[in-house]
Amino acid sequence: MDELKEVMITNDEIRTDEYLINMGPQHPSTHGVLRLLVQLEGEIVHNVQPHIGYIHSGIEKMAESLSYPQLGHLTDRMDYLSAIQNTEAVALCVENALQVEVPERVKYIRTIMAELSRLASHQLWWCVMGMDMGALTTFFYGLRDREDILDIFEETCGARLTLNYNIPGGVMFDIHPNFQRDVKAFIQKFKTKLPEYERLLSGNVIFTERTKGVAYLTKEDAIAWGVTGPTARASGFACDLRKHRPYSAYDKVQFKEILSDVGDTYTRYQVRMAEMWESISIIEQLIDNIPEGDHAVKMKGVVKLPEGEFYQRVETARGEFGVFIVSDGKKNPYRVKFRSPGFSNLFAINHIAKGWKIADLVAIMSTFDLVIPDIDR
Amino acid sequence: MTNEALIAAITGIEAEANTLAGPQFVETTVPLAGFHAFMKKIKEDPALSFDYLICVTGVDRAETLQMVYHLESTTHKHLLVVKVHTADRTTPVVPSVADLWPTSEFHEREAYDLLGISFSNHPDLRRMFLDDNWGYPLRKDYKDDIHIVSR
Repeated sequence: MDELKEVMITNDEIRTDEYLINMGPQHPSTHGVLRLLVQLEGEIVHNVQPHIGYIHSGIEKMAESLSYPQLGHLTDRMDYLSAIQNTEAVALCVENALQVEVPERVKYIRTIMAELSRLASHQLWWCVMGMDMGALTTFFYGLRDREDILDIFEETCGARLTLNYNIPGGVMFDIHPNFQRDVKAFIQKFKTKLPEYERLLSGNVIFTERTKGVAYLTKEDAIAWGVTGPTARASGFACDLRKHRPYSAYDKVQFKEILSDVGDTYTRYQVRMAEMWESISIIEQLIDNIPEGDHAVKMKGVVKLPEGEFYQRVETARGEFGVFIVSDGKKNPYRVKFRSPGFSNLFAINHIAKGWKIADLVAIMSTFDLVIPDIDR
Repeated sequence: MTNEALIAAITGIEAEANTLAGPQFVETTVPLAGFHAFMKKIKEDPALSFDYLICVTGVDRAETLQMVYHLESTTHKHLLVVKVHTADRTTPVVPSVADLWPTSEFHEREAYDLLGISFSNHPDLRRMFLDDNWGYPLRKDYKDDIHIVSR
């Protein structure tokens, strides 16, 4: 026994050389083709360099040769889990530039759809987070319930993932006659599922041991690194644009901005779980009050924006998404920039993961909820 | 801070800044020479405290190359757009603000990659998405005979 103790004590003082490993581009926990070049000493992370561009598709360049109604059809391929919010950002930006006032009905439908999309995104995040931590059951539970939302999308929008539902001037189709019934049925069902999620993962000892008190992000650092969304709100950065710069029908609903000042991996998890309850509350407030009216205003056949610069910010499931359109008065934009939340969030990882174990890096990646096409564009 | 007060404060910092209240934001164009000092002041001045850099965009303006910075103050909730131009198209250099807002390091790398704008005092200026020998696709004079069909 004494011999063993001796070995253990000396082991504590052993230092190994630093070495580099590639995490990705096909690593399951990077959720896409992202390569992290990790500098390690033993298990301790010293530096993380994200290498991106594997699926860069030049969307900003392509956008320069497209018309404004076509522009939205690229944004849903970027962050495919926030397709509704991305297309909404483009639609709002074009509407603001043209000073088009959309009917109240459109605002309500857009908000409900955006919150359903947020629920679907957070659900997928939850089940994948469990899977990254080695709990495969969560993956099946989460995907099973997500199907219900995708069925609702399919019925009204005609697609399950690439939802080109928001167009400049309104929404593409009016809601399906079954929409309200189905959404209410889903909400009733999902309210029983969320506590199940909590029972399954939130209190799990293995899960909490790996996430509580791990990888802190302070509020100041979150702001400096441009981190937004639930990731930043877990650090106390009040950045929810739905609350602070409301668009669509967010000024007509009551909801809490989920904030915490802890900023560890577990808090980032908790904030997203709490946000699902807020999304449910927003949908419940709106679903019975959708005003009558048209689902879109008639736009001109060729949409031309006045000369100038237009910026629109929306809150996607991952954080702040921005559309910056520079127009020279023609039917296609002069320059388009998409400020994607994942891009800014990703590069804060090096700052957070330094000094923690490589297994913690997997948990950090999960709570950042990255979508790679959103970063690569 | 109201738009008028914001414009007055900016003019107080940089007399040569061309500031106007646009439909969405207060926009200011500052000369390249005093750009970094200006950015440092608007970040550190407690009355302005633009601590959150939302978005950095490079725009090819034909004669010049332009950088556009969207800024927000998390304490005062006001917004500002800062623009800076460089007339040199062959070796354009803009001072980096990565020492003020760490997030801009990566937005600047993106602008370098896609528009070929260099940033002085940048900690790690490398291509981001594309190969080292690729052109700068977001420039208006970019030619790609294979992938881009022009009619």
